[in-house]
Amino acid sequence: MTNATIDLVSIQDFPLLAANLGLHYLDSAATSQKPRAVLDAMIRYYTHDNANPHRGAYALSARATERYHEARETVAKFVGVKDSARLIFTRGTTESLNLVAAAWGRANLGAGDEIVVTGLEHHANFVPWQQIARETGAVLRICDITPEGRIDVDKFSSIVGIHTKLVAFGHVSNALGTINPIAELSAIARRVGAVVVCDGAQAAPHLPLNIDSLDVDFYAFSGHKMLGPMGCGVLVGTRALLETMPPYQTGGDMIEFVGDERTSWNVLPHKFEAGTPNVADAVGLAAACQYLDRIGMANVRRHEQALTALASQRLSSLPGVKVHGPASTERSGVASFTVGEIHPHDVATILDEAGVCVRAGHHCAQPLMRRLNVVATARASFYIYNTPADVDALVAGVEHALEVFA
Amino acid sequence: MSDTEALYQEIILEHNRKPRNFREMPDADRTVQGRNPMCGDALTLWVKWGDDDRIADVSFKGEGCAISKSSASIMTTAVKGKTRAEAAAVFEKFHNLVKGTLPEDEQKSLGSLRAFGGVARFPQRVKCASMAWHALKSALDGDDRIVTETSDPTGAPGEGAWA
Repeated sequence: MTNATIDLVSIQDFPLLAANLGLHYLDSAATSQKPRAVLDAMIRYYTHDNANPHRGAYALSARATERYHEARETVAKFVGVKDSARLIFTRGTTESLNLVAAAWGRANLGAGDEIVVTGLEHHANFVPWQQIARETGAVLRICDITPEGRIDVDKFSSIVGIHTKLVAFGHVSNALGTINPIAELSAIARRVGAVVVCDGAQAAPHLPLNIDSLDVDFYAFSGHKMLGPMGCGVLVGTRALLETMPPYQTGGDMIEFVGDERTSWNVLPHKFEAGTPNVADAVGLAAACQYLDRIGMANVRRHEQALTALASQRLSSLPGVKVHGPASTERSGVASFTVGEIHPHDVATILDEAGVCVRAGHHCAQPLMRRLNVVATARASFYIYNTPADVDALVAGVEHALEVFA
Repeated sequence: MSDTEALYQEIILEHNRKPRNFREMPDADRTVQGRNPMCGDALTLWVKWGDDDRIADVSFKGEGCAISKSSASIMTTAVKGKTRAEAAAVFEKFHNLVKGTLPEDEQKSLGSLRAFGGVARFPQRVKCASMAWHALKSALDGDDRIVTETSDPTGAPGEGAWA
């Protein structure tokens, strides 16, 4: 083990973890714990700066507007987006992807058009495309995965064709942790001029990211998986598409002028942020980005990789235990595993008694579970506050499950 | 006894290994599906009525955790031969048991179903223990006409349920 796996952060930074020292929180792929800095930033906003932004002619409202603007700038800089007006705040990845499917899809898809997704996707990057296809008469094509849980790039290349209008794939699989070759996938989509949508929910929290350098049209992620509050996420889009496609929701803030019969839209990013914005959560997400930036995303990645390798190696050495997905070096901080014939829910219940929190189930990826030919898996996922002691507890818990079900 | 020892009692583990009445029933009078969308677990339950309005045969198939599978298995052994009213009464008691609201003196009559008393300490597992029973309840509440719903043991929803 390298020193990278210990003391990356102080547990004291995380009030929930500091108050529950026996807890081994291994479900950060579902949601992360929050550092005090994030909670403090949100409280500071509500106690010092709260007003409805973009509205009042008074100083307090101007201050709220300024905090919101700063938050957008901070988040944009963190994920490598120079033009922050193309960064839209949403409720999270799910809303970001639904926004694209509804606003871009309804205006641009028709009968005979094809949408290409993969069998690795989270339901959030699958069901919106399936449903917009049904609505518009477009055809949804699903690229298969290899037995190791990678996107089959050759198949992807053969499915993408002249009828393909949009492709959507995850940057990192939530269920297995597979890091996808997104540059290769984008290049294939570009050959036919398809719009490229990337679900970055499991990448933004864990990998160094520079969205400007990615050849994608839309990139979505959630704040709550990267130390930020629940209810705030991001959609980054290209100016060309965001400016020409219709809005997703209509109402206050997103208008330029409202006539009796017609309305004109506000400029980016406001065109896609109808209603009072979620300023406090955006401020919290910005604080989370600053916290991660101080650690350095390369260090985050190194730390998680060491823990994932350790957990995968130790779990695989137990009888009947299979860690799914490609080698740990090709995965983010996820170890998705099955324990012989023991159902993952039973594994998770036994782990829970030892204070080990893992997700058990289909991980909102039923198409993937069908393709892996499993009903469910147990998933341990690692983040900056985890240590080798968490891996010890996980392995001991699985050993106990093996005894109970011997 | 630890909470998990109370949960995973020997009889539960044994029925998980060797579930009883784990088979399809082509000539069933009722075919009902139980599903837990939270976890993807699913089962199909088959019920056949006797001439005396008692449950002549009951069987199930499906995927699930040890709690849901053993609960379905023990349920089939517990309700076979019972009338609708008797089976409904057992369900009522069982449901209270797993929720932790069944008085001690009423637990005796449940026989081997008492093993599920440990579920009450795991509120998130009550649904696992109850899934088969909810399917049975829906079979009991239905009328007598032969139902020709899909009997796909993977528990895929009927055609009308898809969007």
